[in-house]
Amino acid sequence: MIRLEAVSLRYGAGRAAQAEVLHDLSFHVPEGGFRWLTGPSGAGKTSLMRMIYLAVRPSRGRMIIQGKDIGRAERRQLPRLRRRIGVVFQDFRLLPHLTAFDNVALPLRIAGRPEGQIRADVMEMLRWVGLAAKIDSHPYELSGGEQQRVAIARAVINRPAMLLADEPTGNLDDAQAERLMQLFQELNRLGTTAIVATHNQSLMARYPARTLSLDSGHLVQDE
Amino acid sequence: MSGPRAPTSPPPVAPRNPPPSRRRGKAAGRLRPVGFDDLGLKRALSDRLLPFLVAAMAFLAALALAGALATAMLAQHWQQGAEAELTIQVPTPDDPAASGHGARLAAVMAILRAEPGVLAAKPMSSDDLAKLLKPWLGDAGTTLALPLPAVIAVTLTPGSVLPDDLSAKLAAAAPDTATESADVWAARLSALARSLQACAAVMLLLVVGVAIAVVTVATRAGLSARRDAIEIVHGLGATDAYIAGRFARRAMRLAAAGGVGGALAALPVLLWLAYLAAPFAQGNAAVTDQTPLIALPLPLWIALPALPLAAAAIGYVTAEGTVRRWLRRLP
Repeated sequence: MIRLEAVSLRYGAGRAAQAEVLHDLSFHVPEGGFRWLTGPSGAGKTSLMRMIYLAVRPSRGRMIIQGKDIGRAERRQLPRLRRRIGVVFQDFRLLPHLTAFDNVALPLRIAGRPEGQIRADVMEMLRWVGLAAKIDSHPYELSGGEQQRVAIARAVINRPAMLLADEPTGNLDDAQAERLMQLFQELNRLGTTAIVATHNQSLMARYPARTLSLDSGHLVQDE
Repeated sequence: MSGPRAPTSPPPVAPRNPPPSRRRGKAAGRLRPVGFDDLGLKRALSDRLLPFLVAAMAFLAALALAGALATAMLAQHWQQGAEAELTIQVPTPDDPAASGHGARLAAVMAILRAEPGVLAAKPMSSDDLAKLLKPWLGDAGTTLALPLPAVIAVTLTPGSVLPDDLSAKLAAAAPDTATESADVWAARLSALARSLQACAAVMLLLVVGVAIAVVTVATRAGLSARRDAIEIVHGLGATDAYIAGRFARRAMRLAAAGGVGGALAALPVLLWLAYLAAPFAQGNAAVTDQTPLIALPLPLWIALPALPLAAAAIGYVTAEGTVRRWLRRLP
């Protein structure tokens, strides 16, 4: 569940504070909800995503993620919350010195899962995204599409309560993008709250859903 | 992509709330594979420069410790020697004693021999006295027939204390007899020893300070080199303790390796120094037959193995603190 009430964001603090990039955003995504996030480049989509996956805290307003008021939460409470959020980055953000297996296993290892259980889960996940033969490959040995699939596997391996994807189809052809959307829909059907930022209007047309539109840091549409 | 199957096939994700780890403790329950390096610290915290610098610090620390110990031991030895010796000057020793019986020197010697705390009392021969005065008087001490005093070297029984009225008794027997204990020298030696020990302690503190600085700089370089990886791992829900612990364990291993290297490098040097110092510590100018291994004092045998442990502790605590401070910039 995501709830924003008059939330604003500016980077930096004190004398180093910059101009606000998000202004008075208010919206609600219920448990198991799905939202497209659109807007022109520079509208603040990535900043909003960063705020929701707790890479930055709001400067003003009230943001509630999975029932936790982020503005009031102590710093040490956030890691546990982050483990419940899966993120697919536009540039994948895989760790280059780790194999595909270790990249996918990372969230489970951070969560302290026993190694034997991790091995079975990761192997199954990599088989599911069609990369069973590439478990020992490093990201630089994989194509863009394969790296994307590793990133997706890492984002969903821990059965996140929330899934955020920033331009996830930007590096994929239409067929790959279609399969990715089917995956997101399946996870959403299983109860995962999802927000997908995209410019891909045809994809949005094929998978109609409520849309959040940003323009210059303002929320201009939530329907 | 050939990957995901039909959407009706749910992704094989791990359960949200896994059951308590029943397999923990068995091989399958092991947390993270041995050597798993998620932050890439094997390259970011290189095993070349940091251990070498810590080894140099450990080497200097070993020398400082040895210096402090040696100073303490020599000072104790010298002080014990100084406290056990007394010099007595008897002017005009051949004049009659105050009692009228015998010469003054003989009267003083009789009093000294009667003292239970006196182990030995030996008047210096006129030749020895002449040698002693030669730097100041040349041969005049013998040729000019100067009225030289008799000098008695008194050795006390270890631990004994002479009565306070001894000087008065001696002066009564032989007027103007002067008693000079080595207390002044003992005090000076003690002050010198304390100064040297303070120098060694300052050197040790400096070495620890430099070691902390070296680990801090290396850790900051590692943080800078692995900023992206740290942000990714942080975003995946890693706690500060998780991230700082990775750095701390890596720094601890490297510092411990450096500590072992430094202690091993210092060992032959210390053995050699101990071998050279042994005769002085034993009050014997001749080089003894004692093997260098035995010559090294026991506290140093304890301190040397402690160096890698201290280096490891410095590495762990410094890296942990540095990373935790750095992580505060992340939300």
